Amino acid sequence: MAMTLTEKILARAAGKRVVGPGDNVWVEVDILLTHDVCGPGTIGVFQREFGKMAKVWDPSKVVIIPDHYIFTADEKAHRNVDTLRDFVKEQKLPYYYDPGTAQYKGVCHVALPQTGHVRPGEVIFGTDSHTCTHGALGAFATGIGNTDAGFIMGTGKLLIKVPKTMRFTVNGTVPPYLMGKDIILKIIGDIGFDGASYCAMEFTGEAIRQLSIEERMTICNMAIEAGGKNGIIEPDEKTFEYVKARTNKPFEAVYGDADAPVDSERTYDASTLEPCVAEPHVPSNFALARERNDVKLDRAYIGSCTGGKITDFLAAARILKGRKVSIPTFLVPATMEVAEDIIKSEIDGKSLVEIFAEAGCDDIAPPSCAACLGGPADTYGRTSGKEAVISTTNRNFPGRMGSKQSRIYLASPLTVAASAIRGRITDPREFM
Amino acid sequence: MKTIQGTVYVVKDDIDTDQIIPAQYLNLVPTIPEEYAKLGSYAMCGLPDGYPPFVKPGAMKAEYPIIIAGRNFGCGSSREHAPVCLGAAGVKAVVAESYARIFFRNCVATGELYPFETGIRLCDVFTTGDVAEIDVAGSLLTNRTTGKSYSIKELGAVAPVVEAGGIFAYARKSGIIK
Repeated sequence: MAMTLTEKILARAAGKRVVGPGDNVWVEVDILLTHDVCGPGTIGVFQREFGKMAKVWDPSKVVIIPDHYIFTADEKAHRNVDTLRDFVKEQKLPYYYDPGTAQYKGVCHVALPQTGHVRPGEVIFGTDSHTCTHGALGAFATGIGNTDAGFIMGTGKLLIKVPKTMRFTVNGTVPPYLMGKDIILKIIGDIGFDGASYCAMEFTGEAIRQLSIEERMTICNMAIEAGGKNGIIEPDEKTFEYVKARTNKPFEAVYGDADAPVDSERTYDASTLEPCVAEPHVPSNFALARERNDVKLDRAYIGSCTGGKITDFLAAARILKGRKVSIPTFLVPATMEVAEDIIKSEIDGKSLVEIFAEAGCDDIAPPSCAACLGGPADTYGRTSGKEAVISTTNRNFPGRMGSKQSRIYLASPLTVAASAIRGRITDPREFM
Repeated sequence: MKTIQGTVYVVKDDIDTDQIIPAQYLNLVPTIPEEYAKLGSYAMCGLPDGYPPFVKPGAMKAEYPIIIAGRNFGCGSSREHAPVCLGAAGVKAVVAESYARIFFRNCVATGELYPFETGIRLCDVFTTGDVAEIDVAGSLLTNRTTGKSYSIKELGAVAPVVEAGGIFAYARKSGIIK
């Protein structure tokens, strides 16, 4: 029987010849990812259920990347990182990226692939809903809670339902003013905030192939914003080049069968799509940027697993070069590697650091999740009043960036940069 | 548990996990008993202005064992703090038109509360403060205040996991773990 990409990966992980949507199967896990916010609770479940002396099923498959509450004076946040440190030591886990050391990475969903832990065809679970990001490299990846993660820690297995596949084909040529963020916000706007509940969102087509791995990550990252179980893109030469530059570990890529039935299919032409925003307070609240020039903004934010990659900062710098922002503009690279790339990268002989400084942006902050999800009161960039924020992040829920009264508009880094200049929502084509 | 009864708290569509438990409280670890209790005191405190307080100021628990919700309840983050804070606040069941996948799964895996689904829009016909009763075996929800009854969907494929008491109990029962 013909199977989709997601079904084929799950069939292999379940040791079955065939699986179909709705089947409940036990799958073998290749990577379990956790961080400082859900790691301590996961460890708590693991020790409660398997005993204080229990060992994780495979130390080489547990990856712990603290990223949420790093640069804060909050005592419990520090206690939680200490809990991770103790556990890593006791379990002799090789893949732990400790804050305050040279090993520190930053935001887990950008660090995981950068560090070679994401490989095509594998099964990845993480205690964070944006684990769906890693489908951009042809893996099955999804978010779970502490209890399921504690179960995996002890067994290396999880019982899951095989999702139906919704296929999104994006054809045409991607114009220079359009980004992965615009594509995914358009799709979420069309199908709704719960439009892909329990489903795999498979992205395909020539426009997707044109995108860099980082841009593909932006698209898969937001599958959860339509309720999707996973986002996934079939691997290609770009994928293999990215992965092989970061790991020697062998992998076996998986491809969907061309004749596999899917639950639904939608087709887009990238050349006709336009820069857009998601208005408060759900990511499906789609509007074209050019039709929202009346929305006055108080600040701009570029960062997070969705919009804090080097490609995001390069895009913003293209707009900001030689121009000035008119509202406070916060820059938070997702990871140390992104922060280093910002220092190394230039546009027409000018470094990104200079471009941002001359534009009047706030100093570049150290990598972490920062204000994407509010966090402790002293979190960098956190809202505290009625601010209207335009942001490259993934969620605009009430209170998401701190204050319940603040209003968050989600957009691509091009649109955020253009809007930072005007102080109003602005289509980046005005500066291109 | 055969029946769940008590006062209901009604919310509309797309109640996300940041509204159920804002991110600033994710420094609390659910498996530490005093922090579990503390999480309960913050349950639903991220709801927009206009909703009555779910947990009264100074209280550790809510007076609402049942939440009636619209579509897509629990959307957003995978934070298990969300079902945990509701369970810690004394919630026994949520009856929603539909759920976000991870929240539903976390309810089942932890056994903190029953995530019942109706497929019908009860958040428009229930009012916070109504008294309701859920007949779990009979899949029936009755609003004692209005006298009307509504059928709720059976739990389906996850029923054996819920009946066993969560993913660990289920795996032990079926021999997957010792």
